Amino acid sequence: MRLNLKIWRQKDANSKGQMVDYTIKGVEGDMSFLEMLDVLNEELINKGEEPVHFDHDCREGICGACSLQINGEPHGPDRLVTTCQLHMRKFNDGDTIVIEPFRATAFPVIKDLVVDRSAFDRIQQAGGYISVNTSGNTVDANATPIEKEKADDSFYAATCIGCGACVAACKNASAMLFTSAKVSQFALLPQGRVEATERVQNMVRQMDLEGFGNCTNTGACEVECPKGISLENIARMNREYLNATVKG
Amino acid sequence: MSGLVKSSIARKVVMALSGLFLVFFLAQHFTINITSVLAPDTFNEWSHFMGYNGVVQFILQPILIAGVIVHFVMGIGLEIRNNKARAVKYKKYNGGANASWMSRNMIITGLVVLAFLGLHFYDFWIHEMDYKYIAGNAEDPTRYYAETVEKFEPFWRTVIYVISFVLLALHLWHGFASSFQSMGVNNKYSPAIQTFTKIYAIVIPLGFIFIALYHHFNPITH
Repeated sequence: MRLNLKIWRQKDANSKGQMVDYTIKGVEGDMSFLEMLDVLNEELINKGEEPVHFDHDCREGICGACSLQINGEPHGPDRLVTTCQLHMRKFNDGDTIVIEPFRATAFPVIKDLVVDRSAFDRIQQAGGYISVNTSGNTVDANATPIEKEKADDSFYAATCIGCGACVAACKNASAMLFTSAKVSQFALLPQGRVEATERVQNMVRQMDLEGFGNCTNTGACEVECPKGISLENIARMNREYLNATVKG
Repeated sequence: MSGLVKSSIARKVVMALSGLFLVFFLAQHFTINITSVLAPDTFNEWSHFMGYNGVVQFILQPILIAGVIVHFVMGIGLEIRNNKARAVKYKKYNGGANASWMSRNMIITGLVVLAFLGLHFYDFWIHEMDYKYIAGNAEDPTRYYAETVEKFEPFWRTVIYVISFVLLALHLWHGFASSFQSMGVNNKYSPAIQTFTKIYAIVIPLGFIFIALYHHFNPITH
């Protein structure tokens, strides 16, 4: 199929970017979206032009590296997939596809479609861990009984790959779905309860410091999340935060 | 108070609590107003009680006004902060693909309701303050029904009220249930809360529209 691409090109973080039009032919339905961009980049390199820069790594939907706002939605129009899992069969011959970087003040553009998502790392570092002495006295995880339901919910929260689609989809560029998933995966487990009060306060504080917007419960993040992280996590984080504030 | 300014979650909770308070007030307001259609004498009696009872006038009324101010000041602040969180906008943003129009446009529906409140205060609250405390008129427990009906005589005012109630319905459609999520309530009762929200968001504004239209088309003949 033949496609018209409108792609955000930006030389570096300090340059002013713009949308640039490209036409690409011979795209097959079985190609992934990133493979389509690979084909475009080969053409650009052959013509001596600068290839389009974009993030990617595992290309099997588990690393969270790929991003892209495709036709106004993070990871494109398909549900529960990352951009690397999005197939070109979702588009039709002659379509125009608008490709932009994830937009948020906390996710500054580095080059073209590559954004700096290290704000997520700093939120994680603010409390997304448990302090355990692992030097020779590690306890078997199964030695601590945990209700099946809580273990499952914790696992589902932990499937967040930190791609940033929640921020990109949210009209407020809020990072509450990501932060709440990272809070929830520990809050639900006995090992995580020990530092629960400080964790939620520190992670929310860092989230606010990074300049993410405020959640207004539109639910866009849950719909666009490639891992289906639930809004229940945000409600849990709100409860955790209120409890932590009351406890001091 | 510094926590309110600094923490995004604390701000969410304040928005939710003030919103729920206003939702509760709306039901009470509607209960009194519907008597203006069903039983004018009861409307006069209740309105007089609300206008002259010390607890209502000097404790509940200031709390209500504070609730309105907190809700809209926080809401406008929220909008400003959220705009800053995405300084560079998307060229193409398909917001309708993943969220309802109501949830994405609370600032628009909220500002229309706020503007309506300006007119509503001018129509009734300022009139009452003038009647009681500036002009110093004597108590008249029978005046409220006629004064209310008279307000809806002009076509333009009735149209503004009707449009405002439609926007209020859209605001409630998202806001009511959303406030529970903000306070951390997302459990087996949430579907019931969602259903109740939708019923409330239709019934109460529709009831207010009915009252406005009823009085417009049934004026008091002098």
